[in-house]
Amino acid sequence: MSHHIVEVQDLRYTYPDGTAAIRGISFRLTHGESVAIVGANGAGKSTLLMHLNGYLTPQQGVVSIGHVPLTKATLDTLRRTVGMVFQDPDDQLFMPTVFDDVAFGPLNLGLPPDMVKTRVTQALERVDALHLKDRPPYKLSGGEKRAVAIAAVLSMAPDVLVMDEPTTGLDPHGRRLLIEQLAGFEHTKIIATHDLDMVLDLCRRTIVIHAGQVVADGPTGEIFDNGPLLENCHLEKPLRMQGCPVCSARTL
Amino acid sequence: MSRIDSAFFEIGSLDTLAVLDTPLHRLDPRAKVITTLVFILCVVSFEKYQLSALLPFFIFPLVLVGSGRLPGIFLLKKLLLIAPFAFFIGIFNPFFDREILFYLGSVGISGGWVSFASILLRFTLTVSATLILIATTGFSGVCMALEKIGAPRVFTIQLLFLYRYLFVLVDEAQRLVRARALRSFKGRGTGMAVFGQIVGQLLLRTIDRAQRIHLAMRCRGFTGEIRQLRKIHFGHAELLFTLGWSGLFVALRCWNLPEMLGAFLLELAR
Repeated sequence: MSHHIVEVQDLRYTYPDGTAAIRGISFRLTHGESVAIVGANGAGKSTLLMHLNGYLTPQQGVVSIGHVPLTKATLDTLRRTVGMVFQDPDDQLFMPTVFDDVAFGPLNLGLPPDMVKTRVTQALERVDALHLKDRPPYKLSGGEKRAVAIAAVLSMAPDVLVMDEPTTGLDPHGRRLLIEQLAGFEHTKIIATHDLDMVLDLCRRTIVIHAGQVVADGPTGEIFDNGPLLENCHLEKPLRMQGCPVCSARTL
Repeated sequence: MSRIDSAFFEIGSLDTLAVLDTPLHRLDPRAKVITTLVFILCVVSFEKYQLSALLPFFIFPLVLVGSGRLPGIFLLKKLLLIAPFAFFIGIFNPFFDREILFYLGSVGISGGWVSFASILLRFTLTVSATLILIATTGFSGVCMALEKIGAPRVFTIQLLFLYRYLFVLVDEAQRLVRARALRSFKGRGTGMAVFGQIVGQLLLRTIDRAQRIHLAMRCRGFTGEIRQLRKIHFGHAELLFTLGWSGLFVALRCWNLPEMLGAFLLELAR
């Protein structure tokens, strides 16, 4: 695998209605890194993610993946490298059956049919969803939909996985399963989320975004220990790092 | 509302019948689509007072339900669900067309009643054939077949997506209506103005979703063509199925079998 360095330099983006969603964001991720992007609602997380797969083109600044800047000419190659898992799996699963949906990407890449089949099978096995392959996506449960949506991206063999709120709408068990699966992936991972407990499990590094700017970028443990910073950015310490209300009540 | 959506979601259950594995299900979708089209054309092209010639056509749905191991009662219920449409299309015929065509014993039967019965018969035949087509082929199979036969790709993709997202749209509409119902009291809040806003809201949400789906498709290399892995093969079995049935339909369209049989029996009796 090549060194897929994800680099964002002084990215700026203002929506047509005048909202400045991103006001100069820069960071650099090295190959295989797992990074959380956290921030309040409306901090610019989703807009940032949309730049990483080229849905939005930077109005100012550069997004480059593996030293290749994202432009119209390189878009197709980079989209193959960056796999994007959407917040609402219903947006992502549009084909009539799970198998067709997971095969959609590889078929568009022009892979031969045998290879498409192996890729689909492998991707579905990876998320324990092979038994769902003939079901229509709209009949799946939330957790199953999420698993299939991830398989649909894995089947394209991306080097970088970008995920928007992967744990929302999952029950605790489904959430735990997902975290375990994600921990097993060797891809470079970029996860935008409010689930800071998941970040503790998955990401060594955390980037905090507030009002379209990076306000902190560093080891997850340090950032989550910084109470005032979290409070400023409308965040809270992960539950696991907060005192246990039951035990501390007892000691009183 | 709840009745409408339960009926609606049963469309999905019709589609699940398509995963059955019978020789009929395994046929190339194109064979089934073409045969069904010929069937419908033959049935609707009869003149409006025709009754007896329509009866032999029931062999097609009956044989298909049998060989496709489809639940007949279930299909019948689906048929009844749509029946009011046909009923109201034809119900005024008996009032406008009072000319007596023939006598049943001493009761004169007017042309209106005959054409009304004919409409109901045709409705039963064509709709059951379509339901069977979907139950044995699946909606996506039908779309794929249409495209292979030569329907414009834009049209078939639209159809496929319409079917996929109808479920999501109904779900969204249902949530909006439920949210309104929970906060409207004594008819206040259920008027036209609010209804208009709900429809507008639904449209905006749909546009948003369409944008996200488009993004998802672009992310996975979509260029305007939906490629599918399933290989379909138009072989001898398909040829036999299509030509055999179509031949029968055309023959039944040209010659009135029950009438000929009746004439033959009368001849014998003489």
